[in-house]
Amino acid sequence: MSTEQIIFYFFAALVLISAFMVVSMHNLVRSIFLFFVTLFSLAALYVFAFADFVAVTQVVIYVGGVLVLMLFAFMLSNKELLSKINPVNGLIRINHIAGILVCVLFLFILLNVIIQTDFENLKWIKAADQISTNDNTVHLIGIQTMTRYLLPFEVLSVLLLMALVGAAHLARKERKV
Amino acid sequence: MIPLSHFLLISACLFCIGLYGVLTKRNAIQVLIGIEFMINAAVLNFVAFGRYDAEQGGGQMFALFAIILAAAGVAVALAIILNVYKHFKTIDPVKTDTLKD
Repeated sequence: MSTEQIIFYFFAALVLISAFMVVSMHNLVRSIFLFFVTLFSLAALYVFAFADFVAVTQVVIYVGGVLVLMLFAFMLSNKELLSKINPVNGLIRINHIAGILVCVLFLFILLNVIIQTDFENLKWIKAADQISTNDNTVHLIGIQTMTRYLLPFEVLSVLLLMALVGAAHLARKERKV
Repeated sequence: MIPLSHFLLISACLFCIGLYGVLTKRNAIQVLIGIEFMINAAVLNFVAFGRYDAEQGGGQMFALFAIILAAAGVAVALAIILNVYKHFKTIDPVKTDTLKD
């Protein structure tokens, strides 16, 4: 096993374990801080797919933006958000079982498809020219953004403006009439 | 070189963990975190397939777009959650079952 593989599987295990702990934990603060760990190790996995720019963006946007937003959301709201949601009764348990069943069955379908597909021998994967370690992906992304993907880029900027205005409108204080 | 199928296996597991969070959590912020996991699983798939696209970089470009869309979505969703909390005094999705009044 090479060093590359050891590091990759270490981060993969970190992603899955911390993600599972996030959803199984009752304490909201702890689960949000564990969410940090998941996002950081996901960024590490992106690096292994030669997507270093995406990894940096992941760190900047998620850790710098989304998580700070989430932390502020529950700091600005009442303390009750932090307290444990009511203890489970019989009905909720049944809800949980249905949810677990759906997830496990869906996971089974996905794993089945992935394991049965022989990716290495697919025609288009054999024909594709892969990104190598020497390629400059930042250079590639910069050029592609301004040429081939200009329209999605511009649409995205309009959508970001809409989201910003919408969020500001929703979060503003209601004026007494 | 990590094989493509290992990326896909990880993202499948991550997607199902997110699905579990969305289906069973009783706190809107945790449901939102579950959705973020599902989006991140999709981004991991984009990036993993993007390795086979050295000319156009389609996978990486759309991974970036997906990350930005997720961030915009979180901003709006958190504003809505704060408003729901102001109105219902709870963010338990089971209890917030009326649209108006």
